[in-house]
Parts: sequence; C-alpha cells; structure tokens
Amino acid sequence: MGLEEKIPDSIILTSLDKMVNWARKRSMWPLGFGLACCAIEMISTFAAHFDLARYGMEVMRASPRQADLMIVAGRVSMKMVPVIKTLYEQMPNPKWVISMGACASCGGVFNNYAILQGVDRIIPVDIYVPGCPPRPEQLMDGILKLQEIVEKDSLKKVHEEWGRKAV
Amino acid sequence: MRTELSEFLKSKFADSLTEQELFRDQQSFVVKPDSIVSVCEALLNDENLEVKFLADITCVDWLGHEQEKQGRFEVVYNLYSYKHSYRFFLKVRLDGESPCVRTLTGLWKGANWLEREVFDLFGIKFEGHPNLTKIVTPDELEGHPLRKDFPLTWEQPVFSWNKDDPPEVRNER
Amino acid sequence: MSAEKKTVTLNMGPQHPSTHGVLRVKLELDGERVVTAEPIIGYLHTGIEKTMESMLYYKAIPATDRMDYLAPMSNNLGYCLAVEKLMDIEVPEKVKWARVCLVELTRVASHLVWLGTHSIDLGAMSMLMYAFRERELIIDLYEACGGQRMMTSYIRIGGLASDLPADFEKKVRNIIKTIREKMKDYDKLLTENPIFIMRTKGVAVISAEDAINYCLSGPMLRGCGVNYDVRKANPYSGYENFDFDVPLGKNGDAYDRYLIRMEEMRQSLKIAEQAIDGMPEGPYRAHVPGVVLPPKEDVLYKMESMIFHFKIITDGFEAPVGSVYQAIESPKGELGFYITGDGTNIPRRVRVRPPSFVNLGALPILTEGHLLADVVCAIGSIDIVLGEVDR
Ligand code: SF4
Repeated sequence: MGLEEKIPDSIILTSLDKMVNWARKRSMWPLGFGLACCAIEMISTFAAHFDLARYGMEVMRASPRQADLMIVAGRVSMKMVPVIKTLYEQMPNPKWVISMGACASCGGVFNNYAILQGVDRIIPVDIYVPGCPPRPEQLMDGILKLQEIVEKDSLKKVHEEWGRKAV
Repeated sequence: MRTELSEFLKSKFADSLTEQELFRDQQSFVVKPDSIVSVCEALLNDENLEVKFLADITCVDWLGHEQEKQGRFEVVYNLYSYKHSYRFFLKVRLDGESPCVRTLTGLWKGANWLEREVFDLFGIKFEGHPNLTKIVTPDELEGHPLRKDFPLTWEQPVFSWNKDDPPEVRNER
Repeated sequence: MSAEKKTVTLNMGPQHPSTHGVLRVKLELDGERVVTAEPIIGYLHTGIEKTMESMLYYKAIPATDRMDYLAPMSNNLGYCLAVEKLMDIEVPEKVKWARVCLVELTRVASHLVWLGTHSIDLGAMSMLMYAFRERELIIDLYEACGGQRMMTSYIRIGGLASDLPADFEKKVRNIIKTIREKMKDYDKLLTENPIFIMRTKGVAVISAEDAINYCLSGPMLRGCGVNYDVRKANPYSGYENFDFDVPLGKNGDAYDRYLIRMEEMRQSLKIAEQAIDGMPEGPYRAHVPGVVLPPKEDVLYKMESMIFHFKIITDGFEAPVGSVYQAIESPKGELGFYITGDGTNIPRRVRVRPPSFVNLGALPILTEGHLLADVVCAIGSIDIVLGEVDR
C-alpha cells in the first residue's frame, strides 16, 4: 500500500549507501605487489587452483593510483618502510589494507634489527590474516571479511574516516 | 690436489703463509693480509691448479672468543677449481680497530658485490674497491649489524620500538 | 633534459610487477637503449644470518625456509648437511634417498614458478595459471610431509622431521606422471612459439669467461656451456647413485637458459623416479644421542629418549671450534652454508652463499646496450628470489 506498488518492476529502490557499498564490495582492485614468501601464496590465491576471481577481486593493478586494496604480503624491512608509506598515500580514497601473514602483522619470526614489527605502525590496517604463510583459503576468508566491513560502511562514516586516515 | 696446493703455496708464498688447517676434510690457509691479492692472482693464473671460481667472500667476527687474540675479524675467501673439483679456503685475520684489506675486484668482477656486502655488514674496508657503499642495509642505519656488538633487536631508523640498549652503551660495559 | 645530458635516468621498482618482488633497478637510458642498469637491493633485508647466529642449531631451520621461499627444501637440506658435517653425523640411507626425492621435486616446483613469472613478463599470461596449477601438486606433497604448504622445515639435522607419509610413493608417482604429461603442453606453448623466441633469443647474453669472472653458478653458468653442477662435481646426499644428465647451453642467452631449466625439470623428475623406485627401508633419523633428536614415537614411550629430547630442545648441543662449508645445487645455483662453531651451542657465524645474489650482480653486463623491454627478460632469466638476495 505504498509507493513501492506503484512503480514498475524494473525500478529498484535502495539507499545510496547500500548501492555504493554493493558496488564497491564487488569491484575491489588490489594493488599487485608482493614482498616476500607470503606473496607466493597470494599469487597462488589468484592463480588457477584457488581462483579468487570467483569473488570479483582478481584485477591486480600494477599502479597504486588505480587500486583501492593493499595486501601487504610479507615482511616489511626498514628500507621498504618509506616505500610502503608512499604507496599507501598514492592510493585514492576509499582504501583498505590487509596485513597478510605473521611478519606483516607483528614481525613474525624475525624479531630483529631489519624488520618492522608490524605494518600497522605505519599505515592503518583493516584485516589481519594470521599464518606463516596463510593458506590461500585464509586469505580468501580475510578478503570476504573485508567485504563485510565494506558492506556496512556508510558514506558519512567513510567521509569522517578519510579525514582521519589522511593524517 | 691437496698436497699440490699446499706445496704450491709453501714454495711460492713461504713468508706470507702463516697457518694451515684441515677440519672435516676442508683445507684452509691463513695468509697475511697484504699478500691476499698476489696469492689469489697466482692461483688463478697457475695452469696446473686453475682456481677459477671465487665462490664466496665472508667474514667471521670472533669478538669475545679466545681466537680474538689473533685478530678479531677473519675474512674468508672461498675458492674452487673446476678442473680438480676441489674447494679450499683462504683466510685473512684483521684487527678490530680499522680492518682493511686489498680488494679482489681486479681479478674477479663478481667480488664487487661480495665485498660490498662484507663491508656493509661487518665494516671491513676493501682498499681499491670501485664502489664501496652500503648494499643491503638502509642508508640511515649506522654501524654494521653482523658484528657481535650490534644488538639483535636494535632498530634503526626507529619505526616501532627498541628493546635493546643502543650499541655504544653495550660496548662500554 | 639539458642539451649536454643525453641520457635519461629511470627508476624501476621496488614496486614493479616484473621485478619479482622488491628489486629496484636504476637505469640510464639513451632513448630506448640501456646505457647502465644498476640493481639496488636490500628492500627485503631480513637479518636472517644474524637471527640464525642467535639461536640453537636446531631452531635456525625455520629461518632457512624463509630465505629462498620457492625452494624451501633445498635450503633445509643445505643447512642440515652443513651442520651434519660440522657435527660429523652420518645419516641413514633412507634419509638420503628421501631427501634427494624431495629436493628434486622442489627444483621442479621452483622452476615452475620461474616459468610462470618469466613468461608472464614476456606476455604469455596463461602459462602462469598452468604452472601454478601443477605446482599445487608438489605443494600438496609438502603438506602431507611437513604439515605446511610452503615452510615445511621437513628436513632436520640428522634426518627428517617425521617418517614419510603412507601414500608418499603414490603421490610422487602421480606428480611425475602429471608433470611429464603437462610439460608437452608447455613445450607447445613456448619452446616453438615465435614471439617467445624473438623475445628471448640473443637477449641477455653472457660469455663463458664473463660468467666465470662474475662468479655465476647454476643455469646462468651452464647456459654458456660451462659444465659445473655441484651434484656431479662434489656429490652430496648420495647423488652419486643417480643417473642423470646436466643440460648445457651454447649461446648463454635467455632462450638457452629457458631450455636448460626445462630440461632440468625433466631430469629432476627422472631422479625423483629413481629415488622412489630404489627407496631403501630403515629409520628416518640417525641415532646420535645428544645431537639428533630421538624419533617422536620413542619420546612418548622411552624414558631415555625423552630426556635426550628435552635436553636437545632446551640446551642444544655443543659444536666444535671450526668452520665447515657445504654447497648444494639449489634451483638457482650453488647454495652454500658456511657455519662456524665456537664451542658453544649457538653458531658463531652462519653465512649463506646466496646464488641469486651473486647472479644478480651480472645484471649490468646482461643488459648493457639492450632495449629497455629486454631488462625485464634479463631479470626474469636470472631467476632471482629477493628473499635470498637480501636475506
Ligand atoms: S609471515 Fe611467514 S611466509 Fe609470510 S613473509 Fe613472513 S616469514 Fe614469509
């Protein structure tokens, strides 16, 4: 008994939030770069056997300017820190970060002078995937969890977050 | 090859060869630092021995061990002869103050990176090296991480935290 | 660009899809031609050597996995052989054969990744998918053995981590059969593919003298016809019992190295087949109380074994004063471990002779005077793993 009944079938009513999030969730473009051993598992995830393309996320972008998801796959050395920071800053908003593997999350087995003890010290991380290296299924699970986060985002909140993240 | 090699070195470099050892079937010779280039050159050009392959250059830091008395740093040259399928080692002992030895880049171009790495991680100077700069550690890092007095978890430049004391403080203790 | 300066400096990497990780190359270009190419490394410097020097001999094995992460078993083997040499341990026959079998399959897995990434750099996208599909079989075998997909740490000092799984033979035979079959497809896809030949023939050439002068090893050295394979020259782990050929190239270009690696994969499958055919029975660990961990079954039921287990895990063992070097033929070249014991239970020095580090040093001469697009081909044909280059 409302407006919905009056409009034809081919029109769907939704909120802008929902629509934008739905589109974002299904077309995330990861930045294609690997650091260490975890990167090989990441390639496995994208390759034939596990085939991440099923979730609509397989378009690896070589340039950070065209990507909105950064998968930090591997250990971050002190020499690499400024590079990662720059790459992150080059990515357009909105952007998300997955920290893949023990090394990226907390330094892993390498508690020493050369490795950054967790990438979250330099860039904000949305999802941590444990493991050394995480199995491809784990990475997929991480990505699906991220999709859930994206789905729940609201444009308003995202705006506020941008302000925070940009600092 | 074993006897030939020691004969060769004994006859030609009697005064620069200070020590010979055999451990687990591996022959090593300790030579004086200033003669390393001439010894290598002679080995490389000798028609009978044909020591053509410089497999590796590395260094051992003996800080705090009784071996330190003979020289804190021991630079190890890992040489191999394709003809005889034989591997042996030349060692050079250097003091801890200002370790310095002549470069082998004139004989092997591959020595370039190997020596740069030893310089970066141990701080051994290779005289006459064309480009003796840091190779693996960041430019900001001071000190030489593989030395025994460099703490394992001392982070430089600091992005997270430092658990250990800085290297200088440890030295004084 | 000013009038006098004719060259352009171009920075490639560390984040570049075809530098296989975090390699950075500083290029001086004159138009499309490369004047100099200087690799800048260290973006993955992990301090693995220092970490290993702060641990008991046993505990360093997982760190070796993480160096050349495409060939974890080869690293395990090199380290364990070196420690075994230092401690003068002789391992049972079965262990030797099982190790050879696993290491040769590792070579296949590593070459498959190289094949996939190298051909994707040259524009053959589907190859990556095929190569990773077949690699998955070997990874499954790793998982059956060591319980982990990549970082197995399966080869231990004095033996293996556990006995071979029950269906080991079946799995290995399946791998050998499948990959032999698929190699025919690869040949059809690449070996006679005119585009691939044009991109690789006569590119990244190095002469035999230069190769020796640059201390190269592995397929890089054999590509220009120098016959040096550690497996033949100084056999370790019972390689003298196996019958295989060492493929050699003539021209020292990227195409020859491609052919060599393809042939090496076939030979590796042959060796693995021989190993599985002749696998002797016996214990999976040497019996050296106080140094080699007793088998897990014994630890659960025998008092003495449990005490030794506890002692080795907590205190390790004391190594004599002295240095050993053990070289093995890893997929990339001569991988050596130089271990110095100083009478305590932690090593004084663990030096890894990284084949891809030394091989990468020859990049300037490989690319000098070539076109910019060939730099990618040169980097790919060296087959570097940054984890091993930087350590
Ligand atoms: S978490 Fe493990 S697999 Fe991943 S980069 Fe670190 S050491 Fe390698």
